Amino acid sequence: MQTTSDGVTGVQAFHQGELDAGRLLVQRCGECSRHVYYPRETCPHCGSTALEWTAPSGLGSVHAVTTVRRKPADGGDLNVSLVDLDEGVRLMSRVDNLAPEAVRIGQRVKARVQVKDGRGLVLFDAIDGAAA
Amino acid sequence: MSTGLKALRGSAAIAGVATFGCGEKPGFTDMELLARSAHAAVADAGLTMRDIDGLCTASASAAMWALPVVEYLGLNPRYIDGTMLGGSSFIAHLLPAMHAIRSGQCSAVLICYGSAQRSAAFGRREIVAARRFLDPQPYEHPYEPMLPVSAYALAASRHMHEFGTTREQLADVAVAARAWAGLNPEAFMREPLTREEVLGARMVSDPLSVRDCCLVTDGAGACVLVSAERARDLPKKPVYVLGNATAVWNRQISSMADLTVTAASQSGREAFAMAGLAPKDIDVVQLYDAFTINTLLFLEDLGFCPKGEAGRFVADGAIAPGGKLPVNTNGGGLSCVHPGMYGIFALIEAVRQLRGECGERQVKNAHIAIAHGNGGMLSSQASAILGTAETL
Ligand SMILES: [Zn+2]
Repeated sequence: MQTTSDGVTGVQAFHQGELDAGRLLVQRCGECSRHVYYPRETCPHCGSTALEWTAPSGLGSVHAVTTVRRKPADGGDLNVSLVDLDEGVRLMSRVDNLAPEAVRIGQRVKARVQVKDGRGLVLFDAIDGAAA
Repeated sequence: MSTGLKALRGSAAIAGVATFGCGEKPGFTDMELLARSAHAAVADAGLTMRDIDGLCTASASAAMWALPVVEYLGLNPRYIDGTMLGGSSFIAHLLPAMHAIRSGQCSAVLICYGSAQRSAAFGRREIVAARRFLDPQPYEHPYEPMLPVSAYALAASRHMHEFGTTREQLADVAVAARAWAGLNPEAFMREPLTREEVLGARMVSDPLSVRDCCLVTDGAGACVLVSAERARDLPKKPVYVLGNATAVWNRQISSMADLTVTAASQSGREAFAMAGLAPKDIDVVQLYDAFTINTLLFLEDLGFCPKGEAGRFVADGAIAPGGKLPVNTNGGGLSCVHPGMYGIFALIEAVRQLRGECGERQVKNAHIAIAHGNGGMLSSQASAILGTAETL
């Protein structure tokens, strides 16, 4: 899938609009062929503006992990992970289907877009049996 | 390294330093704390505020901070640097100020900072909330990381995963800092701390407990930079800037290419090149220890041990008083003072060590020091190598 947001909105609003519709897109540079995330107007690797939108596989691995300790009244303990998508980009997210302290570096995960009150957010689910 | 930068080696010296209100100082504003430390640093240099014609300052809350500082202190500076890189700012301010002095643009530069972070009614929680609008990070904030600690926790998790670094080794950093703080009357937390107490403390963002995290204090610090020639005529023993470099690689932690290698590897290399020195030449080390993982990362990135080895390097008191390398001799951000941006305090402690003013915690025969600043989420790094007259 490829589409563009040329001239309509900035890339941030376009990307969020796609998330709100349940779709995760990342950019790929037409000049240097590298993937780019978060969305930008110019390629941070080569400076090109030839960025195209593409649907990633959604598969990735947990690169780093922390459990944010919070009181139950503040929502309780929370996982925050950095996830490397197989396309070679890293993003902050949460592994949503494990207890926070069960998330491990190397854990294979798959992206899912959660739409809540009309706003899309990228989350990940651990893939059973695929822990590194 | 251009010959231009090498020619600046030792061209300027820190002639005055001061701190004020370190720890808890209720009833003072940021500006009042700053002004007290600025006045004391100028007096320490044997100068008056009328001699100051250059200003470097930054604030975590006011974007135009240099303006009210000029107004409040009654300055008329010909050189102004308000560059805000987070906690590394005041160490990053050195090299541009050296250029300004060398060119004749100005002759005496005041570098100053004050924060009532601990005591102020408008506190960190409100500033963090306001910053989400003023300085948005839309690809991180929705996941509710507790910033900055969660960013450093993520880096720590990766260092542990790749190199086998342990929570015990992280704890040894906090224990060493506290042991130094015990020798420093100005330090905020001075009672002995054990590895078990760090490990057993309340977890904040795994693997970091509250004792792996810096203090939240009030405090102000200031330095006066003049030409090397002028410094020789001033009352205090000059501390020369032999090398200084700054590097920025990212803003947010998710954009950091390798969570175990910081831009200190660049700023350190360039500062050492300008100074014509190497890590083995350093007598005393001041690192921006906002979190215990910082000390490990910077010991590696600045070349005091190989990448991945810092956990083993700091074990068993190696960086504590009496150890093989004196690190954060004032007690650091972990135990001495941390009003939000710690960099200027690392710089001041390095100067005090090279002047021989450190009393019980004085490192013997200290001639060369490094002061290293960090800002943001391991985002900005600034390294300064300082030396006494013998090192010129
Ligand atoms: Zn490119």
